[in-house]
Amino acid sequence: MTPLFLAHGSAEFWSDQTVNGLTTGSIYALVALGYTMVYGILQLINFAHGEVFMVGAFAGYGVLVALGGEDISGVMVLVAIILALAAAGAASAVTAATIERVAYRPLRNAPRLAPLISAIGVSIFLSHLVDDGFLDGKSKFYPQIFPTGDLSAGPLSISYLQLFLIGSSLVMMAGLYWVVQRTRTGKAIRAVSESRENAALMGIDVDRMIVATFVLGAIMAGFGGVLYGLFLSSIRGSMGFLPGVKAFTAAVLGGIGSIPGAVVGGFFLGLTESVGRELLNEIPGVNLPNEWKDVVAFALLVVVLIFRPTGIFRQRETKRA
Amino acid sequence: MALLDLSGLVAGYGGITAIKGISLEVDPGEVVTLIGSNGAGKSTTLRAISGLIRPRAGRITFAGKAISGMKPHDIVSLGISQVPEGRGIFSRLTVAENLALGAFQRHDGEVHADLDRTFRLFPRLKERENQLGGTLSGGEQQMLAIGRALMARPKLLLLDEPSMGLSPVLVETIFATIAEIRREGATILLVEQNAAMALEIADRAYVIESGVITLQGTGAALAQDDSVRRAYLGEV
Ligand SMILES: Nc1ncnc2c1ncn2[C@@H]1O[C@H](COP(=O)(O)OP(=O)(O)O)[C@@H](O)[C@H]1O
Ligand SMILES: [Mg+2]
Repeated sequence: MTPLFLAHGSAEFWSDQTVNGLTTGSIYALVALGYTMVYGILQLINFAHGEVFMVGAFAGYGVLVALGGEDISGVMVLVAIILALAAAGAASAVTAATIERVAYRPLRNAPRLAPLISAIGVSIFLSHLVDDGFLDGKSKFYPQIFPTGDLSAGPLSISYLQLFLIGSSLVMMAGLYWVVQRTRTGKAIRAVSESRENAALMGIDVDRMIVATFVLGAIMAGFGGVLYGLFLSSIRGSMGFLPGVKAFTAAVLGGIGSIPGAVVGGFFLGLTESVGRELLNEIPGVNLPNEWKDVVAFALLVVVLIFRPTGIFRQRETKRA
Repeated sequence: MALLDLSGLVAGYGGITAIKGISLEVDPGEVVTLIGSNGAGKSTTLRAISGLIRPRAGRITFAGKAISGMKPHDIVSLGISQVPEGRGIFSRLTVAENLALGAFQRHDGEVHADLDRTFRLFPRLKERENQLGGTLSGGEQQMLAIGRALMARPKLLLLDEPSMGLSPVLVETIFATIAEIRREGATILLVEQNAAMALEIADRAYVIESGVITLQGTGAALAQDDSVRRAYLGEV
């Protein structure tokens, strides 16, 4: 029996939509982690996080170009991508730590609106610095070095690049989860997120843990920037804006402050843009082409905020005895 | 020489001056208690010692070193641990993680042995090792808070109303634990509203009223003092 919603598309069509959704979702998820972690520790929405992502994309680009650009081949492709990811993580980490030090820390005790405005200012500054200061309004293009080809089984088919994006982002997120759950720094970050004062009484340097939180989120965003460049090729200074807002949306969908929520929210948003949009198209009279994916994504955000303001996956609350 | 020495300490919040020139001493090995009613300035005193608030005037010296104005985590590394009012358990961390954070600054090889010692002192915590802190009962949380502070191997332990909100039986348990910690040679500054129990266990005591020390003496002497008996021991 063919389910009703498959009426207008082949199994291949729906499989492709799912893979596309998971691919963009993996980038949203990587970026969403930074929003949720910083919010968890400072109750601050780091609006400059999209630019941290952008800096990572450019650092990775720089490494790939330096290593030969389009000429990279064979096993060097893997080496180059790993080096690009490392450079992106480092560049994003330094950027985020600097932003924290310069734009947020001095405003730690100011009214909540002040760091938010500061964040928006940093965001605009960085994107314009890159676009107008360095690139003269032009885009750069990632060398297309990733092996092309698909892996298929029946109606399912996924390109090597998509498989790499989804697989590597899952590995990176598992790594982050391990750091937060198992390491001394991770425990300290979680303690500071619950209570800065009580954490300080444990001998934890609260400022250092706040920086560590920015750095961890930034590394994920930097990785995401490279994956974005490999997948969509074109990068520019303002590239962080839309993915940034989308990733923030994903973090809210998942319940801001929750790390698993950000991951689930990221994939959920990616799938909503592709599969969800196509499902709406199954309704007679509805026709939302791919360009409408942003409308669908933000409509979802509005609906969730109205009916479940704590996110679809409400953050676990533990009652105090 | 006193281990902890406060002299003329003034501190507060915004426009409020909560403590107005507190002077007190704690000698090594002593249990000193600071008693006073709600709002007298007890917690403010401890918060100033731990560096959570910056004193406006006066001096805090610990083991001969001026510590006023230092960061809280540096004060912990000098050897002062505080069990804050309300216990300060991390509710989304497990019991084991809470205890591990108590030893956050330690890198010696004896942390594990101290964990065993904590579990001997509080067998209940061992049973609940992998439970989230927020799921513990009030008494268990207090045990966790004290056990966690001991994991730092402090030279001075600050306890802010450990008996607050506990049933009489649990209050007995907590005070028995404090007595045991003391027998092991700890130095303790104990803040309490439960003056009867605090005076019984303390070597020396201070009474604080509206941010000022109004009386001091040995625990036994203050327990006999008429004004103390009227104001804090519920006698008429
Ligand atoms: N965070 C705060 N902001 C403003 N005033 C405070 C704060 N904490 C305590 N106070 C005030 O400081 C005074 C002393 O409080 P505290 O030291 O907590 O007393 P105690 O611990 O003896 O009950 C009280 O008048 C209290 O209202
Ligand atoms: Mg108090």
